[in-house]
Amino acid sequence: MKIESYSQPVFKSILQGLFALMNRELKKWIKEPIILLMAVLQPIMWMVLFGKSMNIGAIFSANTFKNINLPDLKIPGELVNPPIDGLITIPGSILSENIENLLSIIGGQALENVFGISDYFSYLAVGMISMITIFTSTFSGMSIVWDRRLGFLYKVLSTPVPRPAILFSKVLNAAIRSIFQSTIVFGLAILLGVRFSPSFSLINLLGIYLAIFLFSIGLSSLFVALALRSTRHETQIAVVNLTTMPLMFTSNAFFPTSLMPDWLQTIAKINPVSYMTDALRQLTIYSMDVPILLLDFTYLALFATSLSVLGMTLAWRFLVR
Amino acid sequence: MAKDVIIVDNLTKIFDKNLVAVDHISFTVKEGEVFGLLGPNGAGKTTTINMLVTVLKPTEGRASILGYDIVKQASIVRRLIGVVPQDYTADEDLTGYENIILCGDLYGIPREVSKKTALELLEFLGLMKFKDKKVETYSGGMRRRLELACGLVNKPKVLFLDEPTLGLDVQTRAAIWEYIKRLREEYNMTILMTTHYMEEADNLCDRIAIIDHGKIVVMGSPEELKNSIGSDVVEVEIKEKDDILDMIQKIEYVKDVKKVGESSYLIRLENGERTAPEIIEFIRDSGLHVVKLSLRKPSLDEVFLTYTGRAIRDIEESRESLMTRRILLRRARG
Repeated sequence: MKIESYSQPVFKSILQGLFALMNRELKKWIKEPIILLMAVLQPIMWMVLFGKSMNIGAIFSANTFKNINLPDLKIPGELVNPPIDGLITIPGSILSENIENLLSIIGGQALENVFGISDYFSYLAVGMISMITIFTSTFSGMSIVWDRRLGFLYKVLSTPVPRPAILFSKVLNAAIRSIFQSTIVFGLAILLGVRFSPSFSLINLLGIYLAIFLFSIGLSSLFVALALRSTRHETQIAVVNLTTMPLMFTSNAFFPTSLMPDWLQTIAKINPVSYMTDALRQLTIYSMDVPILLLDFTYLALFATSLSVLGMTLAWRFLVR
Repeated sequence: MAKDVIIVDNLTKIFDKNLVAVDHISFTVKEGEVFGLLGPNGAGKTTTINMLVTVLKPTEGRASILGYDIVKQASIVRRLIGVVPQDYTADEDLTGYENIILCGDLYGIPREVSKKTALELLEFLGLMKFKDKKVETYSGGMRRRLELACGLVNKPKVLFLDEPTLGLDVQTRAAIWEYIKRLREEYNMTILMTTHYMEEADNLCDRIAIIDHGKIVVMGSPEELKNSIGSDVVEVEIKEKDDILDMIQKIEYVKDVKKVGESSYLIRLENGERTAPEIIEFIRDSGLHVVKLSLRKPSLDEVFLTYTGRAIRDIEESRESLMTRRILLRRARG
C-alpha cells in the first residue's frame, strides 16, 4: 500500500460518486418490496374504490333515465311553424322514450366538456399517476435525514463527492422510483379499463416518462433541500403530510380546474401538478393537442430546472454547517 | 526536518451563537507524527476534528492540511485525508467489501484500483473471512476495523481518527492500536486522533494536547507532560535500621525524602530511571542493604488532574451535566 493519487477526469469521478450513492439507495429499495407495495397501494385504492364508485358518467347514461313517466305534452297550434289550429298533443310515452336518448347524449357531451373525456374512471386513473409521483418525490427528503442520523452522511461529507451530487443522487433516485411505480399504477389502470384515445401509441409512453421525470426532479429537489439540515424525521413526515393533500386538490388530478372558484383556479394554474397531469392525459386519454402539450412540457422543464438548481445551490451552502 | 502537515490557528466553533464548542485552539502536527487530542466527552475534540475534515465550518480562525486551507480548498483537502468517524457509518445492508468499494467510488477512485485496495485493506485488517458478510452481522471490533478500511481506501497522507477504540473491549482495543502503529511505521502516515482514554494517548501518541471546555490546556509529548508536573517517586526499604534521610537528600535530582516506616523511605525525585540506581549504589557504598525498591512514574491521569483541576474519571462520573452538554453538541453538530 503506497500513497498515490489517481488520474482520471474530474467529471468521471463526480459521476462515479453520484451513481454510487444512487445505486446504494436503489439497492436498498429493491431489497424491500414491502415499501414499494405500500407506496403504490394508496393511489391504487383511490383508483379502484373512488374511481369505480364515483361513476359520474353513469349519471347521464340511458339507465338513469329509465322509468321516467312524463305526462302528455300539449302545445298550442299557433306556436308551431307553420301555425295550425287547435292543440298538438305528444303522448307522454313517446316523450319518455326519446328523452332517455336525448339526455344521455347531452350528458355525455357535458362530461366531455368538463373532463375532456366521457369516462371519469379514465380521468382519475391518469391523475393517480400524478399522485404516486407526488408521494415518492415528497418522501425523498426522508432519506437524507436518515443518512444524517445513521452517520452515513458524515462519511459522505468527508469525501470529495461534490455536495450537489449528494442531493442529486437522492433526486434521481426519487425520479427513477416514480417512473417505476407509475408504471405499476398505469398497468393496473389499463387492466381496470382505461379508455385510450385513438391518438395513443407506445411512443407516447416516452412522453409520459419524461413528464414524470421532470416533475419528480423538481419536486424532490425541493423536498431534499428542505431536509438538508433536518435531524428529525418527524418534521419531515409532518411537512409531507401537510403538503401532499393541497398539492393534489389544487390541481386537476381529481377534478377539472374549470369548475373551480376563481381563487382556486389561480392556484391550480401555478401548481405544476396540473401541468404534469394534463400532459399525461394529453398523451393517453385525450386526443392530443400539441400546442397545449408543448406548454405543459415547457412548464415542467422550467420547474425541474429552477428547483434542481436551487436545491444544488442550497446543498453547497447548507449541507456543511 | 519534518514539515508541518496540519496547521491549526485559533480555530473556533460557536454553535447557535452561544455554545462555544471549540475556543481559539492552535497547534501543528508534523509529518509522520501521531497527535492526540485528549479530553473528556464534550470537551470539543470531535468538533475540532469535524472542522479539520471539512464537515463543519469554523466560526473563526484558520487551519490547513498539507498546505491546503480547510475552508477555501476543502475539496482538495477531502481528497488527501482519510476519516474514521466515532460512530459506525458503514451501510448495514451492504457487505464489508461493498462498503469499501462504495467509499472508493465516493473518492472517485477507478474501480480496478479500489477493488485491489479493498482486498489489501481487508487482508491488512484481518477481515478477509467476513468480506462477503453483511455488516449487520459484524461485531463492534469488526465494524471499527471496517471504518478504518473505509478511511484508508484513498490511501490518505493524513488520517483522522475520532475515538478509534470507543466502547471496545481490551483485546480489540489492543488490536486496533497495533494497526494504528503499523500505519505510522510502515506508511509514515500523519495521524490526528481523539481519545478520552489515558492509556491510549500514552501508548500511541507522539504528542498530546489536553483539551477541556474547548481550550487546549497543555500540549507536549506524554513524557514531557508527565515530567512537567514534577517528579517520579521511589520507595525504598533497607535491611538496617540506620537513618539515611540526610544521606539521600544529598543525591542529585532528589527533591524531597520522607521516612514512611521503620526503615522505609519515600523519595520524590526527577529522572527516576537514572537516579534510582544511584540511590542503590549510594546505600550499598554506605555498607547498607536494599531490600525493596519501587519506581512510580506519574501517569497522564495525574497530568490531567494537575492541569484541569479534575480527574478525568470525576468528569465521567458527573454524567448528567456531561450528557446534557453532549446531546447539545450532537444536536448542534447534526
